[in-house]
This record gives sequence, C-alpha cells and structure tokens, in this order.
Amino acid sequence: MATLDDAVPPGADPQPYHEQVADPRRRDYLQIGAVAFAGVGAGVIALPLINSMSPSADVLAASTTEIDISAIQPGQAIKTSFRKQPLFVRNLTPAEIASADGVAASSLRDPQSLDERTKPGKKNWLITLGVCTHLGCVPLGAGEGENKGPFGGYFCPCHGSAYDTAGRIRQGPAPTNLAVPDYVFTSDTVVTVG
Amino acid sequence: MSFPWAKHYEPKHPLMKWVDDRLPLPRFVYNAVGAGYPVPRNLNYFWNFGVLAGASLMIQIVTGIVLAMHYSTDANTAFLSVEGIMRDVNAGWFLRYAHANGASMFLAVVYIHIGRGLYYGSYKPPREMVWLLGVVIFLLIMATAFMGYVLPWGQMSFWGAQVITGFFSALPLVGESIRVWLLGGYAPDAAALNRFFSLHYLMPFVIAGVIILHIWALHIPGSNNPTGVEVKDEQDTVPFHPYYTAKDGFGLGVFLLIFAGFIFFQPNLLGHPDNYIPANPLSTPAHIVPEWYFLPFYAILKSFTIDFIMPAKLWGVLAMFGSILLLFFLPWLDTSPVRSANYRPVYRWFLVALLVDVLVLGYVGGAEPRAGVILLGQLASAYYFLHFLVILPIVSAMERPRPLPNSITEAVLHKEGGTSPAQTAMHGGALAPAE
Amino acid sequence: MLSFLGVRPIAFAAGLAFALMALIGGFSTIGAMVSEPEKPTAEHEFHLAPREADFSFNGVTGTFDERQMQRGFQVFKEVCSACHSLKLVAFRDLQGIGYSEAEVKAIASQWAIETPAPNPETGELATRKNLPSDRFPAPFANEIAARAANNNAVPPDLSLMAKARHHGPEYIYSLLTGYRNQVGFKNKDGQELLREFPEAKTPAGLHFNPYFPTLNLAMTPPLTSNGQVQYTDGTAPTVDNMARDVAAFLTWTAEPKLQVRHQAGWAAAIFLLIFCGLAWGAYQNVWRGVKH
Repeated sequence: MATLDDAVPPGADPQPYHEQVADPRRRDYLQIGAVAFAGVGAGVIALPLINSMSPSADVLAASTTEIDISAIQPGQAIKTSFRKQPLFVRNLTPAEIASADGVAASSLRDPQSLDERTKPGKKNWLITLGVCTHLGCVPLGAGEGENKGPFGGYFCPCHGSAYDTAGRIRQGPAPTNLAVPDYVFTSDTVVTVG
Repeated sequence: MSFPWAKHYEPKHPLMKWVDDRLPLPRFVYNAVGAGYPVPRNLNYFWNFGVLAGASLMIQIVTGIVLAMHYSTDANTAFLSVEGIMRDVNAGWFLRYAHANGASMFLAVVYIHIGRGLYYGSYKPPREMVWLLGVVIFLLIMATAFMGYVLPWGQMSFWGAQVITGFFSALPLVGESIRVWLLGGYAPDAAALNRFFSLHYLMPFVIAGVIILHIWALHIPGSNNPTGVEVKDEQDTVPFHPYYTAKDGFGLGVFLLIFAGFIFFQPNLLGHPDNYIPANPLSTPAHIVPEWYFLPFYAILKSFTIDFIMPAKLWGVLAMFGSILLLFFLPWLDTSPVRSANYRPVYRWFLVALLVDVLVLGYVGGAEPRAGVILLGQLASAYYFLHFLVILPIVSAMERPRPLPNSITEAVLHKEGGTSPAQTAMHGGALAPAE
Repeated sequence: MLSFLGVRPIAFAAGLAFALMALIGGFSTIGAMVSEPEKPTAEHEFHLAPREADFSFNGVTGTFDERQMQRGFQVFKEVCSACHSLKLVAFRDLQGIGYSEAEVKAIASQWAIETPAPNPETGELATRKNLPSDRFPAPFANEIAARAANNNAVPPDLSLMAKARHHGPEYIYSLLTGYRNQVGFKNKDGQELLREFPEAKTPAGLHFNPYFPTLNLAMTPPLTSNGQVQYTDGTAPTVDNMARDVAAFLTWTAEPKLQVRHQAGWAAAIFLLIFCGLAWGAYQNVWRGVKH
C-alpha cells in the first residue's frame, strides 16, 4: 500500500506535503478503498467464470426415463441409462431376496435392509445406479454371464468391491451401497425414473 | 537498463529475500512496472492505453479459455454450441458478450495506442524496436480477431472466412493452391473451422510473448513523453509505482465502465445481425462487411478497380497488406529530429488529415458500394499512401519545428505558468495544487 | 542508416504507384458515373424502415412483460409453428415467461408436433411425446421437406429472428402488419410503385410487403383477421396486438437473458462508478503536489 511518503517525488523535500494536510494519513484511505474495491470486483467477476463450469441448464433439465420391465424374468437384470449414467434394473429371485434378508442390516458397512431399497410390494425389483460408490466404475453382474462376485450381486472389477443381491457393499473399498434413484411404478410393467 | 537513479528492489521480509536470491521474479516486476521504473512525469492520458491494451488481452484470454470449455469446433454444432453458451451455460451470455465486445474494446484501445505513437513520434530512435514489435503485435491481433470471428459459424463468419482467404487467391500462379491449403478444402468447412480454433487459441499467448519483448525494448530507453524531449535527470521522472499505477487504475475504471455499457446494454451494437443466421454456403448475405476495426483496410481493398500490369484484385490485396506493412518502415520514413507533433506545426496538420482520412476509409469500408462511395474510398486510399510514403518523408525533411523545451521539467513548469522556465526546481514558493 | 536501408526512394515509388492506381480508379469511377449513372431501384425507393413499436424491453431498464410473452407464445403456437421451427428453445425455457413446471409439462406433451425418436422395440423411425427437456420439434423433417411443402421457400427458424435482422422486434412487427395491396402503393414522396417500376410487379406465388428487403416474400399473410387467436387475458386480439405480441415473444426466444443482463448491468455500472470515484481520489492523492 502506498503511503504518503511514497508520494513525494525522489529528491523532493517531503516537508511541504505534511504541512498541507492536517492529517496526512487520512487520505490514504482513498488508496486503500480503491484497491479494496478492485479486489472485491475481481472476486465478484471470478464467480461467473467459475460458476460457468457447473452443469448448464440443458444438463440440469430434469429428464425422466421410462423403463418397460415386463420382459425381465426373475434372476435377470438389464442395464439401461439414466441421465448419462448406467442404471441396473434387476428382478430378484425368491432365493436372492432370502439371501439379502438373511443378513442383519446392522452388521453392514452401510446398514440398509432390502425393504428400504425397494418399493412396498415390489420387493423383487431392485433398481440402482450402476456406478460403484468407490471410484465410479460400472460393476459387473447385470449382464448375462457376468461375474456377480462372492455375494451374488454385483462385482466391481476395478478395485474389487463386491455387492450383495440387494446392491449393498459387502467387501472391498467402496464406502456405501449402490445408489437407488428416485422412481415410481407408473404401472405394473413400467417404471419412471427421475 | 534503467536510469541510474532508479530505485532498487530491497526485499524487507526474509521470505521475499529468500525468493529474490533464488528466482528474482518480484525484482523483475518491480523494475518493469513497479517503483523501479522511472517514467517521465508529464505523461498525459494517452499513455494509459498501453496498460489498457494489456488488460484487454488478459480479459480476452480469461473469457476465451472459459468459452472454449463450452464451444464445439464442429461445423455442424459450432453455431448451436454458441447458442448453448448464450442460453444454458451459467453466465454464458456474459462471457460471450464480454469476449465479443472485448475484441472491439481491445482493437479500439490498440488504435488509440498506435495513434499516440504516431502523434508523439514514439517510433523514432531509439525506440524503433518498440515500434516494430508493436506492428508485429498489431498484425497478430488482427489475425486472431479474424479467426475468432469465424468461430460462431454464422453467415458473416463463413463469408468472412471465404473472402479473407480469397485474398491469397489474388497471388499469381500459386494463389489458388495457397487458398485451398489455408482452408483445407475448396470452401470454408470443418477443416478450416478446426484450424482457426486451434490458432485462435494459440495466438493470444504468442501475442503475450511479443508484448513482453515490446515492454523489454521499451525499458531500454524508457518511455517517451508528450514533449518528445529525452529524460535528462531525476526530477524529470517519477517512479511508475505509485504514480502511474494510480493513474492507470483510474483509467482502467473508466475503460471497464464503457466496456460494461456495451456488454450489458448494447451487446450486439458492434456485431452484425447476419451472424445470428447459421452459416449457409449456398447463400451470401446481401451486404457483407467485416468487423468495424477492419473497415478502413477493407475500403482500401475495394478501391483498386483498374487492371494495370497487375489485375485489380492483386492491386487491392497488395495495397491492403501494404497499408499495414508500411508501418514497419515508419522510423526510417520520418527523418525529423523532433518527436512530438506538438512541436511540428506542418506535420501536425497532415496527421489530422490522416485521422480524417482513416475515418473516411472506415465509413467507405462499411457503406454499400455505390459509385460516389467508391470514388471517396479511392481518394482516401490515395491520400493514405501519399501520407506515409511521400508527404511524411518530404515534410520531415523540410519542416522547421517550433523550439523545444530544454527539459521535461521545464515544459511542465512552463505549462503550469507559475515559474520561469529557467527555474527548473520542482516546487516554487507556493504549493499549487496538482492538475 | 537511411542510406544503408535505402527506404525512401522505394517508399516514394511505392507510394506514388498505389496513390496513382487509386486515383486512376477514381477517374474511371467518375467516368462510369457520367456515362452510366446509377438507376434507382424499386427496393431502394419503396422499401420501408421498420415502424416504431413501444416494447417493454426497450431501453436500459427494459423488462419482459410476462402476459405479453404468453400471448405471443399463443400466437406462435397457433399460427407460426405450423411452418416455422424454434429449434434453439426448449419447452423447459417457457418457465422463464411465467409458466409453472406442470404447465410446461402439459404444453410439451400436448404439442401438436412430436419429437423424433426411434421406436424402442423395433428401432424404426418414429416419434414420441415431447418432454420439458426437449427443444421445440421442427414442423418439417428436413430442409427438402420444408421446401417441398412451401412452394420452394424454406420458412426460417424463428429462434433468433429478432437478433438476425436490423431492429428485429420492430421488423417482425412491421412485417406481420405490413402486407399491402401493391396496386396503388405509393411511397412518402407520392410516387406510385407500379407506375415508376412496372417490372417490379410481384411475381405469382409471392406477396407484396414493403418492409421486406426485396419487397416480395413467399410467406402468405399469417395474421389476417382480428380474433384469429383467442386471447384469454382480456387483451383485444387485433392483428396489430397479435403481431406486437409475437414480436415480443420472439425477442425473448432470441435473447432470453435480456432482463437479467439489464439488472446485472446496473449493478456493474454502479460498482464501477464508485470504483472510478475512489480510483480518481487515489490518483489525485498520489499526485498531490507533483506538477505534471
């Protein structure tokens, strides 16, 4: 910050300046104010620059995806896409439901029961995002013949996270269960996600 | 590289001293635009425009980098992506209008900066290299601005690319091949758009590099001043900081105020409506014009209509490029020992005529090609070349300049009217307020 | 240095050459002006500049009038959208002119033209109902179809029309209300078009409109009678009002951020004015007592 002494040209006698103003320091507030204002302005102008990198309106535009589930047999799963992310829709067999219910939720890393992860009366329909909660790979297990991992659900080949038949994390580095998106059954055979 | 009385950088904080011993970057900045650079004390507001040009480049680079994150370089989607920026990207409209109008502000500032150099003889020895680098920067800016205007891929973008690459087809024998090579095709299309984007992104950094050379070259002799008289001793100068940083801060505020006026209230005033129509290779707009800052040169291009030895088209293209390239020779065309036109009574009026001439050329460049307008352009073009290549050398050899002040300080005190020129002390008895 | 470079003789030669070529060109221009003076054209003598229209968004404090936007949207929907696309605008954008999310959803799903999408079962070309995230579907599948259906003239996309013409909003308003009977049409000097330029008679299939640059355009007069669109907000649906409203709506489609731009502009201007004041004070303070 410039002080009054800086304002005296080199070689000039500073004395006359100090005689001119009663309180010479007071005027320095102008410099401080101008620089502070410039700083605030630069900060404010940085906001739109930074914010422009957030998702744009067309990306945010909440699109919904309708899925026809009538062709999915028990024990099968399909892989579809929802807002540019993979989505797993799985028709659980009674055995798979029993296997999921056979585990005490409290013993899990991310305690949730199968009922909490499905809709009432539609317990066999497990709908999750196909995004491993560790670092975002697509787990195996939805496609025909893919490795379902040691717990019969999904298995992420990137870093070895294993999910059970309710899509819950059971082994490996992933911190949480596979995410369940918002969805409703518009009819017995059609699900609207989003 | 500076005057002997320049202040020396003395880091006070141990950390700054530690840095200075290892990488003297703060010292470099201090000597370049800090208190270590003594500057004539009598600079007027025209000396603000160098800093403003630098600020303009920074604004263009920052907004351009963010815009490039959202722009699509595909001939099918370029126009849509620009509209996506305008509609869907957060604050995208602001960024795009700032970048588009920023180009106009940049060119306006650069023109005033060049005009300042012309009037005050800043191109004369020992500052020839500063001027030559400045002309290089000007050419790079023009190329960058042209390629940027192509990117939205509207009608004016497309036909601007078509016409400007068409310049090269005027060259005999190889012209058409060069044009096809420049475009990567027979007409502007995907290949041209991609390379224009690539170069448009690269060039600003090249410009920044040449600007560093420009400032470096300036710091060898130090800044010129409105009297054109060289600095003689310490009392002729003040340190750049805080004197000119304070003045430039105020200038920047006024610049930004005008800039904001364009962005927020007249963002399309300097643009052309046809560029909101997607590029259509099958239909040329009724009246194509370049951006305003190219209009004088465009008028020169249009003014050569007679085949003589060479075809008219080649004359026009050579004249247009020549009208800019002749600036390189200015330091050797003007032989007057006096720099500032304030002390050159004859040359000064020719400079005023040149200003009017360039404004007329600008009008002609944008007007519809009716016979009267073409004639006006031809007269103005003739004066443009006569001014630089004939009148300037003759006038500079024959003119009797007015007496120069002995020093900058004497000129300052004489202007203030309080003290006799002989008394070159900085402060007389009474303290008159500055300004 | 100078003799070493030898700049001046070359400069003289080049300067005289360029100046002479320009001047010789000037003489030939004068010759052409004398021997074949430019003839006035019908477009030049009879084209009309757009009429003034007092829009709410004009000026530095201009804002969009939501009700006018909705009326204009209604005119677009019932009249223009049969032939003109609005490709850059999405249904969701309508929330910007006061429609609720549910209304937007209804407008999208009930829109007469559906969005092209492959049949999810067979992959064959098909359409589906519009979603709010869709952009307005075009009435014609491609340019060839548009040409074929419109007497070889492609109806332009209207998204940016208000910015793609000089004085766009006024131009749209004037054009829509500007159809005239060519017979007996006079300009303000009292000249009659067909008497001065008999060859300028509107060709078959085109329509005379002095606000159009070439005076004749392919679009049939779209707004022909008062009450063509049933307004629900009490505004009289005169041709003039309908034209004005749709011109206002198309200004919004072209520049949807106009309002927020004006607001941000005032904030920026006030901030910068204060900054200029402070910077001026600081500048004066630093230079106090230093003559320059």
